[in-house]
Amino acid sequence: MTNPSKPYAYLDLAEIRARLDSSRGREYWRSLEELANTEGFEELLEREFPRQAAEWKDDAAGRRQFLKVMGASLALAGLSACTRQPTETIMPYVRQPEEVIPGKPLFFATAVPIAGVATGVLVESHLGRPTKVEGNPDHPASLGATDAIAQASVLDLYDPDRSQTLTYLGDIRPWSSFLGAAREALGPQSATGGAGLRFLTGATTSPTLADQFHAVLQKFPRAKWHHYEPAGRQASRAGARQAFGEPLNTYYQLAKADVILSLDSDFLCTGPASVRYAADFAARRRVRGQQTAMNRLYVVESTATPTGAKGDHRLPLRAADIEMFAAAVAAGVGARGVDTSAGSQMTSGPHAKWIAAVVKDLQQHGGASAVIPGEQQSPAVHLLALAINEALGNTGKTVIHTDPLDLNPVDDFESLRELVEDMDAGKVEILVIVGGNPGYNAPVDFGFTQRMSKVKLRIHIGLYADETSELCQWHIPEAHFLETWSDARAYDGTVTIMQPLIMPLYFGRSVHELLAAFGDQPNQTPYQIVKGYWNRQHPGPDFEDWWRKAVHDGIVPNTVLPARQLAFKSSAAPAKPSQVQGLELVFRPDPFIFDGRFANNGWLQELPKPLTTLTWDNAALVSPRTAERLGLQNEDLVELNFRGRKVKAPAWILPGHADESVTVHLGFGRTHAGRVGNGVGFNAYALRTSDAPSFGSGLEIVKTGSKYPLAVTQNAHLMEGRAIVISGEIDEYRKHPGFAREKAEEPPKELTIYPGFKYEGYAWGMAIDQTACVGCNACMVACQSENNIPVVGKDQVLMRRPMHWIRVDSYYKGGMDNPETYFQPVPCMHCENAPCELVCPVQATNHSAEGLNDMVYNRCVGTRYCGNNCPYKVRRFNFFLYSDWTTPSLKLQRNPDVSVRSRGVMEKCTYCVQRINEAKIDAEKEGRKVRDGEIVTACQGACPAQAIVFGDINDPASRIAKLKAEQLNYSLLAELNTRPRTTYLAALRNPNPEIENS
Amino acid sequence: MSEERRQIISVERGRVPVIAPGHTFATVTDKISTIVLTRKTPLYWLVPFLIASGLLMVFLTAVSYLFVKGVGIWGIRVPVMWGWAITNFVWWIGIGHAGTLISAILLLLNQSWRNSINRFAEAMTLFAVACAGTYPLLHLGRPWLFYWLFPYPNTMGVQPQFRSPLVWDVFAVSTYATVSLLFWFVGLIPDLATLRDRTHNRWAKATYGILAMGWRGAASHWQKYETASLLLAGLATPLVISVHTVVSFDFTVAIVPGWHSTIFPPYFVAGAIYSGFAMVLVLAIPLRAMYGLGDLITMRHLDNMAKVMLATGQIVAYSYLFETFIGWYSANQYEIYAIWNRLTGPYRWTYYALILCNLVIPQLLWLKKIRTNVVWLFMISLDVLVGMWLERYVIIVVSLSRDFLPSSWAHYWPTIWDVATYVGTIGLFFFLFFLFIRSLPMISIFEVRTLLPQAEVTEGVEK
Repeated sequence: MTNPSKPYAYLDLAEIRARLDSSRGREYWRSLEELANTEGFEELLEREFPRQAAEWKDDAAGRRQFLKVMGASLALAGLSACTRQPTETIMPYVRQPEEVIPGKPLFFATAVPIAGVATGVLVESHLGRPTKVEGNPDHPASLGATDAIAQASVLDLYDPDRSQTLTYLGDIRPWSSFLGAAREALGPQSATGGAGLRFLTGATTSPTLADQFHAVLQKFPRAKWHHYEPAGRQASRAGARQAFGEPLNTYYQLAKADVILSLDSDFLCTGPASVRYAADFAARRRVRGQQTAMNRLYVVESTATPTGAKGDHRLPLRAADIEMFAAAVAAGVGARGVDTSAGSQMTSGPHAKWIAAVVKDLQQHGGASAVIPGEQQSPAVHLLALAINEALGNTGKTVIHTDPLDLNPVDDFESLRELVEDMDAGKVEILVIVGGNPGYNAPVDFGFTQRMSKVKLRIHIGLYADETSELCQWHIPEAHFLETWSDARAYDGTVTIMQPLIMPLYFGRSVHELLAAFGDQPNQTPYQIVKGYWNRQHPGPDFEDWWRKAVHDGIVPNTVLPARQLAFKSSAAPAKPSQVQGLELVFRPDPFIFDGRFANNGWLQELPKPLTTLTWDNAALVSPRTAERLGLQNEDLVELNFRGRKVKAPAWILPGHADESVTVHLGFGRTHAGRVGNGVGFNAYALRTSDAPSFGSGLEIVKTGSKYPLAVTQNAHLMEGRAIVISGEIDEYRKHPGFAREKAEEPPKELTIYPGFKYEGYAWGMAIDQTACVGCNACMVACQSENNIPVVGKDQVLMRRPMHWIRVDSYYKGGMDNPETYFQPVPCMHCENAPCELVCPVQATNHSAEGLNDMVYNRCVGTRYCGNNCPYKVRRFNFFLYSDWTTPSLKLQRNPDVSVRSRGVMEKCTYCVQRINEAKIDAEKEGRKVRDGEIVTACQGACPAQAIVFGDINDPASRIAKLKAEQLNYSLLAELNTRPRTTYLAALRNPNPEIENS
Repeated sequence: MSEERRQIISVERGRVPVIAPGHTFATVTDKISTIVLTRKTPLYWLVPFLIASGLLMVFLTAVSYLFVKGVGIWGIRVPVMWGWAITNFVWWIGIGHAGTLISAILLLLNQSWRNSINRFAEAMTLFAVACAGTYPLLHLGRPWLFYWLFPYPNTMGVQPQFRSPLVWDVFAVSTYATVSLLFWFVGLIPDLATLRDRTHNRWAKATYGILAMGWRGAASHWQKYETASLLLAGLATPLVISVHTVVSFDFTVAIVPGWHSTIFPPYFVAGAIYSGFAMVLVLAIPLRAMYGLGDLITMRHLDNMAKVMLATGQIVAYSYLFETFIGWYSANQYEIYAIWNRLTGPYRWTYYALILCNLVIPQLLWLKKIRTNVVWLFMISLDVLVGMWLERYVIIVVSLSRDFLPSSWAHYWPTIWDVATYVGTIGLFFFLFFLFIRSLPMISIFEVRTLLPQAEVTEGVEK
């Protein structure tokens, strides 16, 4: 009992907080016990469990007393429960942190690394919680936009299934205990120069990490650093090595390209530069008024991809035949230094005219064209593409070669094979797996999991306790990139210093900290490591300023890798014509789940894959003709028998897929992904061997006779003769610019006797350019992230109840075997004559004076009449309680400006009304009108192709008003007289007349 | 020769007794009131009642689960956001129409044969409206807020949106339910007094006594009764037309192809009466067999009701043909597609089943032999009930499943809970109905007495 007369021994809260922050795991408990020994704590303990009423008489001390109790509650939360309680602060800041105003988000520059390569982003932070990823307009790979994966990365941060504790054989251990174990194991290694020490990383471009690795390798000269990225860029590196003798990095400047030929490359939607490529590509297709110049895209591909859909001409070929095609083009353009004999088969085949036309077009645009080989294609195709680009004079203009981005540019499969052989031979004593998940995604013929047991000490650091950590003794939870300091290069070499937006939620460690444990200074923080590295690169008195600016801007100046001009060497290895027998199997990383690492991300799992609109599964994709030959129907469960290995997969017929070829996407069938990703889809890695990492022939398909339901969000892809996506050719537009409007019959406004409503102030509107839209679905995730849209799960998608406020419809035109494909993003149309408003019995959906179709969740009783009467079917209904109201970590992700909807209410796109209101408030405070471009909707912000434009149509100078005045602008279902505020620009194509006429 | 056979022959010969000969005022009163006042509950009452109670339990289970989980337990989805619930709502409301038509319109038209069937037909109306009324409430996403559809003074300062047909529905259905209940109750008063006077059970006496509201059979009572009855009949008559017209507005006001049609109001009213009479027959035929009421509900009643069914069935058939024709004639590609989709789309079997049930099979009713064969009549009435349910299903589900943008098209399929709720309301209906026939006279005693020859004589004297 403390004596009430005795002055209180005040507890230094700052000190406790600092102590709590710096302690983890077992130390955490110890420090609490220490904490308990302080006089202040004794007193607080008494007040938390009072034996008498707490004393509040002393007014002067009352507030501090209150603070102390709060502090003790916090500490006791740690004492009394095993789970970490969320910090709930119910008092204002004592000292207001600079720039933090509740309700006003802050944005911090960082980068999203995908397979090691960075896309610069700005992350929105609400009171210390990162909630939304936006593109960084200054960053070359972003230009303000992002892809779907970057948008979804914020959900990974809050994933409750992330590994939360450092474990040794499943037991919780403190970091210090790991450090001790590592030191002990490294002791004998010092003597042998690290002969038994191996590191295995995925693709990584972090200069700091490279520096650390070099330091470690200096300390342990005989240690080896292996590199395995299941869907990496080794084919392009191998092609470059053959061509130039060096594993170069190649990227394209599509802004300068008039003609583009894609050789099985989905460059618009996948790959580290896809966001930039889509922007450059779309910018060259923006037909406005008299500006009618368009680039032209030829796509030769096996699997139908969004890039193929955007192609002015598209040729489906089996993956193995692409090499012959490339050889034929190479022969056509007179490429030197490569063996083009394989192309003769093509030039004499049915595609001869097509090839001749492409060759002619490319030659006419020498220096202003680009041939882009797919990352999943063979090195030979890359070599041929390099030769073609050389022959066309594109190198150095549209095709840029630089030093490799990857720190360790080796052949992934060879590197892993070497490691596995060493493991088998017992040479590996310590294996440190830095990120990556080889236990799941290593080629099946390597027997990685079996051979792991021959390694004495196995250490894995990763975001999840996954298949690989199951094989390791030590598992270290990795800090998410939003939780720690690091750096990474973009596709062109630009470095971004990645800054944390939040303390590690789950005691994660950065890979830099892990590597530091193998170096001389094991206790450095990631901040010290990264900043220290850059200080060494940029010594001098102005470093602090330089550092602040680099971190603030999200790009380190002058880090673009210089273009390399190398002489094209004659190829030593002539391309061998591949012999294809039977069905071909093509492996592709999933467009959203990628190699499987995003399997536990509900947003990405539920994001409909381009073209198939498949969610929550992968499928064996076949062409209609092959399906017919094999007697396959959609959702037939088949057994894929590939070179003696078998996997069961559901079949899905994909129009435009190459015949006699089957595509499977990697990344599914995870067993240790988490609650979201476990058991979703089938594991295509089980068929993937190192001799056929991308494709191979010899597949057999056996029908099992059973069905497997696949959750797609769009079943019908034909327009039924309706003017939905109005499309035309550029020549048609030049001759008759008004063709689109004529197809969409808008009833004259004078037909009604009632005077129309006058929108006097702002009148918000949106225009979507269907020529630009590449169908990447980034807008859908951006919307989901911004507007707190729940994930509903496969069973609900099967019931056709996905909640996306914007969807990207795709429609086919022409035959099934090689249709023209059109994308149409459909948000709410915000009709001026909205059919939904008329039928709501409780006034839950109303029209604003600015033309917004507002939805009042609180008033909605859920008759769903509005949904029935919406001709665009953009209204989404909470059939169940879809929003997660219980998981604490997911609550942190929510946008505080948007209501979290509960069961039984209708919801839909609001044009991001929270952003509109924020801009209006700012404008009103400054006594001005909202500027054009000040409001960017979430979908618009994410769109790499800048296909979406939003603004005030009452302002004649605005971009939106100008777009609405374009001849290509039309209203969807205009004849219904709904007068939508969202309008579309007709899709234009630029076909080659020579192919058209043949 | 059995009584049944005699009746059939007399119907065939054009001689049409409304009540079988041999009855006096006393026998009529005895016969009808005994059903209620008997101490012995017959097995043929108990068994169906227990089955209905079981189905009622299914209903309560389905509704409880619905309230706990949400409407997602049903098969509704985008774009078919209304499914079985609204189909059932329209079906039940339609069934109710026959009762009002019999009790109100036929009363005003002086069709005295109605006197034997109006009581239970009206009860059927009430119970059907009760079943129908549950659906708009149950199908709400947030059913606990159903009262927001009523205009009531509130601190939110928000009123319902009067342009919405759902608000019109609220008024139409609640008015209909109120008037039907009043009409039914007023008509019951003289019979309640009869029961009060005849029962020996104290509790029953008290209950019937309170409900009879002091009826003594005085001339002033009768005079007031007749006035009230006529007034209520006058009130109820427009409701027969208006309720289903308003219900049809739920569809016609919307822009969904297949809904947006001006033919719906008359077509829905005719369909409602069609299915209502089918339900009356489905109830009457077993009832008269079970309780031996063949002498009160005679073949003439069945014949007349079959004729009404035939007539309304022809209107419905005409509507089907014209709906199809207008779809084509509109030259609107969405309308044409909606019709085409009905005829050839994935749900075509529902449309053909509907045509078979509502259009083809009921043509048998042209034959007097069929009309006077209780088994055939019963089967055809069931068939019409199925057909009319399918009609609403076709209108709602098939139209919604493929509207404007093919990208949103989807196939609707009900879940077990859709079925449970529907079967459950059938249970609720029969539960209430069997309670009714056990506790109230299912045939109007005093009105049937006016059909006796003795009553006619009295009337003649007065004239």
